[in-house]
Amino acid sequence: MPRRDDLRTILLLGSGPIVIGQACEFDYSGTQAVRALREEGYRVVLVNSNPATIMTDPELADRTYIEPITAEWVERIIERERPDALLPTMGGQTALNVALELYDAGILDKYGVELIGANARAIRMAEDREQFAAAMKRIGLNVPTGGFARSVEDALAIVETTGYPAIIRPSFTLGGSGGGIAYNLEEFKAQVRKGLDLSPIHEVLIDRSVIGWKEFELEVMRDGADNVVIVCSIENLDPMGVHTGDSITVAPAQTLSDVEYQRMRDAAIAIIREIGVEAGGCNVQFAVNPANGEMLVVEMNPRVSRSSALASKATGFPIARIGAKLAVGYRLNELPNDITKTTPASFEPVLDYVVVKFPRFAFEKFPTADPTLGVQMKAVGEVMAIGRTFKQAWQKGLRGLEIDRAGWQIGARPQDDGLPDDSIEALREALRRPTAERPFQLKRALEAGFTISELYELTAIDPWFLGQLAELVEAERTYQRLPHVGREELRRMKRLGFSDRMLAALRGETEREVRERRWALGVRPTYQMVDTCAGEFPAATPYLYSSYEEESEAPPSDRRKVVILGSGPNRIGQGIEFDYCCVQAALALREDGFETIMVNSNPETVSTDFDISDKLYFEPLTLEDVLEIVDRERPVGVIVQLGGQTPLKLAGPLAELGVPILGTTVDAIDRAEDRDRFAAVCRQIGATVPPNGIARSVEEAVAVAEEIGYPILVRPSYVLGGRAMEIVYDQLSLRDYFERAARVSPDHPVLIDRFLEDAFEADVDAVADGERAVIAGIMQHIEDAGVHSGDSACVLPPYLLKDHEVEEMRRLTHRFAAELGVVGLINVQYAVKDGVVYVLEVNPRASRTVPFVSKATGVPFARVAARVMAGRTLAELGVTAEPPVSGVAVKEAVFPFNKFDVDVILGPEMRSTGEVMGFDDSFGMSFAKAEISAGAPLPTEGTVCITVNDLDKPTVVPISRRFDDLGFRILATAGTARYLRARGIPAETVYKVGEGRPNIVDLLINGEIQLLINTPLGKKSQFDDYAMRRGAIAYKVPYCTTMSAASAASDAVIALRSRRRAVKSLQERFGVPDARAASPLAAV
Amino acid sequence: MGQPGYLLLEDGRQFGGDLIGAAGMALGEVVFNTSMTGYQEVLTDPSYAGQIVTMTYPLIGNYGVNAEDEESRRPQVAGFVVRELPPVYSNWRAETSLESYLERNGVTGLSGVDTRALTRHIRSAGAMRAGIAPATVPADELLARIHAHPRMEGLDLTCGVATAEPYEVAPVGPERFHVLSYDFGIKSTSLRLLAERGCRVTNVSGALAPEQLAERDPDGLFLSNGPGDPEAVGQALESIRHLASRGVPIFGICLGHQLLARAFGGRTYKLLYGHRGGNHPVLRREDGAVEITAQNHGFAVRGGEGDRVEGAPALRVTHVNLNDGTVEGLAHRELPVFSVQYHPEAAPGPHDSRYLFDRFVDAMRARRGES
Repeated sequence: MPRRDDLRTILLLGSGPIVIGQACEFDYSGTQAVRALREEGYRVVLVNSNPATIMTDPELADRTYIEPITAEWVERIIERERPDALLPTMGGQTALNVALELYDAGILDKYGVELIGANARAIRMAEDREQFAAAMKRIGLNVPTGGFARSVEDALAIVETTGYPAIIRPSFTLGGSGGGIAYNLEEFKAQVRKGLDLSPIHEVLIDRSVIGWKEFELEVMRDGADNVVIVCSIENLDPMGVHTGDSITVAPAQTLSDVEYQRMRDAAIAIIREIGVEAGGCNVQFAVNPANGEMLVVEMNPRVSRSSALASKATGFPIARIGAKLAVGYRLNELPNDITKTTPASFEPVLDYVVVKFPRFAFEKFPTADPTLGVQMKAVGEVMAIGRTFKQAWQKGLRGLEIDRAGWQIGARPQDDGLPDDSIEALREALRRPTAERPFQLKRALEAGFTISELYELTAIDPWFLGQLAELVEAERTYQRLPHVGREELRRMKRLGFSDRMLAALRGETEREVRERRWALGVRPTYQMVDTCAGEFPAATPYLYSSYEEESEAPPSDRRKVVILGSGPNRIGQGIEFDYCCVQAALALREDGFETIMVNSNPETVSTDFDISDKLYFEPLTLEDVLEIVDRERPVGVIVQLGGQTPLKLAGPLAELGVPILGTTVDAIDRAEDRDRFAAVCRQIGATVPPNGIARSVEEAVAVAEEIGYPILVRPSYVLGGRAMEIVYDQLSLRDYFERAARVSPDHPVLIDRFLEDAFEADVDAVADGERAVIAGIMQHIEDAGVHSGDSACVLPPYLLKDHEVEEMRRLTHRFAAELGVVGLINVQYAVKDGVVYVLEVNPRASRTVPFVSKATGVPFARVAARVMAGRTLAELGVTAEPPVSGVAVKEAVFPFNKFDVDVILGPEMRSTGEVMGFDDSFGMSFAKAEISAGAPLPTEGTVCITVNDLDKPTVVPISRRFDDLGFRILATAGTARYLRARGIPAETVYKVGEGRPNIVDLLINGEIQLLINTPLGKKSQFDDYAMRRGAIAYKVPYCTTMSAASAASDAVIALRSRRRAVKSLQERFGVPDARAASPLAAV
Repeated sequence: MGQPGYLLLEDGRQFGGDLIGAAGMALGEVVFNTSMTGYQEVLTDPSYAGQIVTMTYPLIGNYGVNAEDEESRRPQVAGFVVRELPPVYSNWRAETSLESYLERNGVTGLSGVDTRALTRHIRSAGAMRAGIAPATVPADELLARIHAHPRMEGLDLTCGVATAEPYEVAPVGPERFHVLSYDFGIKSTSLRLLAERGCRVTNVSGALAPEQLAERDPDGLFLSNGPGDPEAVGQALESIRHLASRGVPIFGICLGHQLLARAFGGRTYKLLYGHRGGNHPVLRREDGAVEITAQNHGFAVRGGEGDRVEGAPALRVTHVNLNDGTVEGLAHRELPVFSVQYHPEAAPGPHDSRYLFDRFVDAMRARRGES
């Protein structure tokens, strides 16, 4: 059954902003799907609100809508584009939910849109746990028994039969959000209440606890002719009880015999058939009792997922690509295996290596959040490692995590590994509780002589894994005791996955000494291919990993090559934006005839798709791993400026070893980063910087602060995403900062800047070729100065800056580019206060805003930058003038506050995980769209509750008046209310928390407040504020914590009330014709 | 780590490693199997007689060994080669470690081998004779022994693994049919699947004469899998024709399939490196469905134009390997006689093809309905 000819236009939904539980794996999958469908000649219409994605690159789909992914907005797109089909399985839970909503509302019917890939019945049966449980019963499979509750009373009746610990999962939430484990009645009731509130259908599932059971996943694909294949099996090292996204996972499954594996395979096939996924993929999770092998079906997702992305990277089988083709009618055996090219896709990949995935956490950003891992996902990224053995992959994965460990290496202090002290008791206690530090605690335990069975008792981690780890500890001991390290000894350690840095640490040497000896002894890595078939057939696609075997594959060519270093695991401050830049570079340089070589370790990304570059090395981004690749490939140069801090940190060491770095020189990067050298640059070109200083001790810091005057912005040097950056208003707080947040020493100086209160901030991105610089975009921050640029909403073009201020920014940006000799991208951050333009930071590299600017202007700046780095000039590329923006583009940040119990007040430390873009013709409508996409739609009527500090009271008056004019009811706390009433605004008084009932939180819960405007009231009432803001998060009430955000919100509300809500594709904005639009000739 | 040893191929290629299992040397044809699970079933599959089996999955022994997963009474391989044998095994059914199992059963193996390099070598140079020996044995001495060892071509290995004396397997539940099984190296799962379908199975050596067969008056004849070169096995061909002509349903697997083809005039040939694993896609021609199959064969039946079988006009090709287009299944154009090259009993391997046992039973039922 070949390609369906009755479909012409296919609508594809993306997953929106990066949030915990839904990250760039959906950009990877969606991008594959769009490419797969377009290569079949379909007209593809794409909707995604996330501008940082590759999929929203206007060259990818025929029509790209950066619009909110909600039923209301998608309907407008359907109305305009009249797609024949909607593929809902590529955009995570977001896309599935919206597709179902459109189906239920009869909109798909109305416009004759067919759901392909998975139909509404299948989606619902898989998503609705009650229906799912019934379906499993029909095919003789068991689920963790339990039941569904729509009230606390229901839940209590169920837990009578299941007992404790009980698992509570709200229905239809992302990444298990709101789920929990309860060990007693009190916890149970609290968890149930929270779950009911969070579930959009007010339903929670109470499960039988299978904590400590083994956890497995299978990735399954089925075509329209009912052929089914299993693409990959995954075994979780962390047993049940830890969310899969937070678990260390291993592919393939390690501890199942064939009998047990086939039983699971049979079950998975029966499940995909019973649920009725007609043509596409699904992921099935199983729990297995380690004592007797009892197998339960935990859940099934009828769509691509984090695990399917991992499985695709782990096997070389592109699940999303194949899934898209199956959805339009192909059978598995009609599609080629893209790696071998000669065998069909109707097969089951076999691995001759082991894949280990580690989650990457960001608890350092949320110090008050509970670091215990449970059923609600907390990881913000992941790293994947491929090794010939588990031990190799384990070591590689840990060094790829970029958490300052050269592999499986314990921290210098017990505290670094989540331990209060180095006692056995503390270790034993800690091991019982799964946390991000558990791998290191395991190592400490093995070193302290814990046995495998003891560790199994404490952690329920399968003894097989513990046995593997024990071997590594033993090997370290042997190596340390060697009188002399020869070739064989060294090779054995390298085969076990030890990095040079770790080997150096074991024998008190330097990394360089180990490397030089290793090279002298000829112990070099070999490169093996990921080929889907364990070497049975030749592979055509060079997708490689390193090992220490007898021979290498995919020998280097003699073409002109460029190595692009990716950005490693996603983390807050370094995510998909940089992957976007790396992919653009790979695509551009490939077009220009270079052999492109990608190095990255992040399985979620588009950059690690094997057909993005000519050669893919799935390797950690460490000096050792990169150096070996460069030494093997001998490229004309390495691109380090597109992948964020990860490759940038490698630039210096690589350059020192003679590796050619393309674009801006390492020295120029240093001149921008080194405090003193940067000051000299600023003096040179006459740029004003806020008064600042550097301190190497607490006393020095106090002195510097006195000299430049409070408030100050203080931060450790060389940090990412504003790590430990704070605004400090007095000496007491400064001393407290050093107690709490940061160390200061001669080796770890802190930087102190005068904080410019009430300043406007702006980001300027530009591209330069060494001769000429071109401004890409000037983005004004909506939030006031002091909010990290990654967390602040921003608008392009700048809406409140004065022309001469913008002009000054342009002038300075050009000067910086020229002075530093920038070849590639440069980002400059400015602040404007009292008419003076201050320079805050210069980054001669790709910034987080590059994709946003590219989407707003239609100019692919990362591609331009890559070409410039490879020797082209801007004039040759036709990029000579700052591009206009057709409309107003607003970027809004998205935060994980619903996952972490922390305060939502924004500050200089970045905490957002993702971003959305609102793109329309007016600022108000663009901002409104951005807020809808960010999941906080602004109300068009109802009640606004206002409680602001004294400084903000004058500013809030005109905002309040606007809401009053719009017919909103105004509530305010006593002080604010008095102030507003005195200025003619009819504000009613409402109690703060602790003043009486009903208070603000009560009203939030009751749905009587539609918008909350709150600025911090100072230390005394911090707790009240906190409760109120958490209330807004919990009950999904939009809130503004700065005056500028409140003002923007009022603009947005006016726009929503007065303007027509319309959608427009990027291609229309940029004047790109629709080549495949309906025409009389094309119609059949 | 064990004693250092090495694997030497007849073309001189050498791979170092550590000896595992029983002390001594091993000689045989080196082949690779790509199954990621099921090493115990592989070790005990009689079709591997005379072969040194390399597992392409690098970690072998993870879940130990148990008494339930034996496909025959003992390991049948001539030698065993792995990348790594983990010292700790874990599984609720595990009774002992793979290492001690190999040792107890006299299997000599090698671990620490770059099995991917070995596989890639076999892929291009073909399956060939090889030997495993301790590092203390000089390579020229081992090479001489390898060259003295017989090649797989022309080798009848069935007598070494088939049952000497006939025996019966009782049906599960009431007896519905009596199946005569020609044992060339049968796997216990095949017997179990027949028994579960109400068959009483008489398992006999393939050397049994046609008239002795007929005396037993079976409802169906099952031709098992087995090792070696099908061209070298002459014994069963006459019996197959005899029973077929009487309308007795016949179901052949692997070597049984090759013998069935030969009985009707078909020819077999040696594949460069064979099919061994659990992920081979096979197209079922009647409805275009794809089965993911378990395979273990070094020889294949020669196909012809369309569904024709070279030299056997009475047969048609029913199943085709989607990777390389080789013949995977045959049926007689008129008689209830069919066979597959792959392993529908799938131990180890996916269960997609177990329906063939039902078809066999259906054929026996249909015949009984007629008579």
